[in-house]
Amino acid sequence: MKKAYLLTAGIIAGILMIQACTKTQPAIPADDELLDGPVDGLSYAANAQFLAGDKAFNADVFTRQTGLGSIFVATSCGSCHAGDGKGTPFTTLTRFGQTDSTGNQFLHLGGPQLQNRALPGYTAEEIPAGASFSKFTPPANTGLGYIELVSDATILSMADPNDANGDGVSGVPNWNFIPGYVHIPVNAVTQNGKYICRFGKKGSTFDLLQQTVNAYNQDIGITSSFNTKDVYSGSNIDPELSDLTIRNVVFYLQTLKAPVQRSQNDLDVSTGENLFSLINCSGCHRPQLVTGYSPVEALSNKTFFPYTDLLLHDLGSGLDDGYTEGSAETIEWRTPALWGLGLSPNSQGGQYFLMHDGRAGSIEEAIQLHGGEGMQSKNAFNALQENEKLQVIRFLKSL
Amino acid sequence: MKCKCFVTGLLLISFFSTQAQIDPALLKRIPKDSAGVTMNMDAIYSRPALQVAKLPVSVGGYVEANWQHLGTDGVSEGHQFQFRRLTLFVASAISKRIKFLSEIEFEPAEKEITVEFAAVDMEFNPLLNLRTGMIVNPIGAFNQNHDGPKWEFTDRPIASEQMLPATWSTAGFGLYGKYYKKNWMYGYEFYLTGGFDNSIIENSHNKTFLPAAKENPGRFEESASGEPLVTGKIAVKNLKLGEIGLSYMGGVYNKFKEDGLPLDKKRRVDIVAIDLNTTVAHTRTTVIAEWSKVFVDVPENYSQQFGNKQHGGFMDIIQPVLKRKVLAWENAVLNIACRLEYVDWNTGKFKETAGNIADELWSVMPAISFRPNSQTVLRLNYRYQQQKDLLGNPASKTAGFSFGLSSYF
Repeated sequence: MKKAYLLTAGIIAGILMIQACTKTQPAIPADDELLDGPVDGLSYAANAQFLAGDKAFNADVFTRQTGLGSIFVATSCGSCHAGDGKGTPFTTLTRFGQTDSTGNQFLHLGGPQLQNRALPGYTAEEIPAGASFSKFTPPANTGLGYIELVSDATILSMADPNDANGDGVSGVPNWNFIPGYVHIPVNAVTQNGKYICRFGKKGSTFDLLQQTVNAYNQDIGITSSFNTKDVYSGSNIDPELSDLTIRNVVFYLQTLKAPVQRSQNDLDVSTGENLFSLINCSGCHRPQLVTGYSPVEALSNKTFFPYTDLLLHDLGSGLDDGYTEGSAETIEWRTPALWGLGLSPNSQGGQYFLMHDGRAGSIEEAIQLHGGEGMQSKNAFNALQENEKLQVIRFLKSL
Repeated sequence: MKCKCFVTGLLLISFFSTQAQIDPALLKRIPKDSAGVTMNMDAIYSRPALQVAKLPVSVGGYVEANWQHLGTDGVSEGHQFQFRRLTLFVASAISKRIKFLSEIEFEPAEKEITVEFAAVDMEFNPLLNLRTGMIVNPIGAFNQNHDGPKWEFTDRPIASEQMLPATWSTAGFGLYGKYYKKNWMYGYEFYLTGGFDNSIIENSHNKTFLPAAKENPGRFEESASGEPLVTGKIAVKNLKLGEIGLSYMGGVYNKFKEDGLPLDKKRRVDIVAIDLNTTVAHTRTTVIAEWSKVFVDVPENYSQQFGNKQHGGFMDIIQPVLKRKVLAWENAVLNIACRLEYVDWNTGKFKETAGNIADELWSVMPAISFRPNSQTVLRLNYRYQQQKDLLGNPASKTAGFSFGLSSYF
């Protein structure tokens, strides 16, 4: 009889334990607290491709045996974009050798990117004498698929090269030559063989395929059929990565969800949002854009809120490193998207590393670093009451 | 083919074992050394194994199987049923004071059968024994004392398995010995073996990861550096107080030259460890703890992703709460236990910011274990773990239950 009780108690305990499994485990963070995850409504097959890209991006680590280097910046994509968020000075990369739109004069000396790390037994690169350079902190990956789908016409409609409206803001697109492997949309605008580019700190990269191919090559030292040049030897070598993996990573980047704004109903946040527009931060950090057609329903013809115009702006001599890409001047920077800004510390080790090279340790500091076309808005921000400034910051942290 | 041979071997062994159970008088244990009293260093031989009649070998082994349901930040892979390993011991008394023991492990998840230990021991004196063959290096205590049924937890300690290479074995030889007087016992071990290789800092784990060297089966034939790995341990045991051990393992790990041509400078890996185990006589509470520190010479211009210092360890606290006949088991024991763990895979500061490099983990694992006999353990564990990435971003949280059985046979 006693044995039967024991057995029954054991079985009941087992059932209770199995039932309790998920209740005793950590809860999933709220959707607006995470940058990673796919857009809604992907098909089963698209989910599988997203997961394949996710694995390649976040889990695959390159070694000497799989093609790393021999000189490199990072060993994996995820090393620079923890949780698909912004990077830190540890993974900041350095570009050098171009001072104007005539192109990079230091390609024969390892340009455009410094590979500052090397496999054991090899020597890392150093910036060649006489080359100007700039440091670029890795951006967040979220919502890139939406940005890729903004039409050239939309970008051109926001440009104001001669500041016709007199607001002190005169954005221009970055016109650049593009590699032959990229797919050019039918509505792409061209000018003297150059195309409107939109990705990167200088906005000199055309699309996510080019961005992915370049990152594998210049950051990790991995060749692909799209770019067979080995960064160490300078010679063309066999592809070290399959086309399929590249395509999967591109799909992953295209279908990462857009950051979700938090505390939208908070009065300070909504007041801060109004002040943000009032002092014309929104002149460059355009709140709202629209995508064109995409075979992925969740991305097709959608209104989204990145807070960028994808244009180049003069930000003043304080941010002029003397280095540039494409048609941008050294003083010009592409407006970075502000969405996800409040979650930056979650990928930057609990701190902020803002502006193109992470030199700003807070949002307030980043605002103060704006010069050139950003000067008027900065001054307007500084003229706000203290509580109004806090409301603007609160709004920015809600993004 | 390998699997078929292994399974056939197991069936044969089972057959002999079954026969042996008919007449216990036919069974003999693995011969122990002449010192009589055991320490951690004797774990290799302190295992149940049986010799059948006049067969020249004794055999034994253990098996481990688990159910696990873990979740990380709200994402779970669901119910996982795991057959972790089946390990077979084969020992032989070659002649008086010369013995052989091997440990062969089948890990289905790794799809491989590996020989973890295979060595001949020659005893000249309890203070002077020669061991040669495939040796389990005595760094810490867990490496030599890793049998599943000895522990109250379904998982091996993280620091022992993912910082130190658990069951790290290499080819080599060395000396060991013991001396005891009254309640005190002293032991030493000293080995020269093959060593690590570049994989400890060039691996897909994206961190300095000593266990990566286990993936190179060629280490039993060729040492990457061509220089010996030195492993030494001294231990003191008081029969009333417990045992404490200090161990060191170190040597050049990288292939610094090939065909006489230099490829790099010589780079060292050095590990120090302290281990202790004790049982409080009054409460019968057992404490087992181990702490290690790893130093690796990582090239200056290589990535700081790969740390040059690591440290970590664990502490198990085990409290028997019931010892009596349960069902048909005469001396069944019910324990409650808890394991505390910490590992820092990268101790240091970023060159760029002087900020702390994280890459660390801590875990608490309360447990209930039931031992119907000394050779079999049923264990129920709950793990709560937090792990930070290199940059120190918000920790990922993992928690869940595991239940498993491990038994010698």
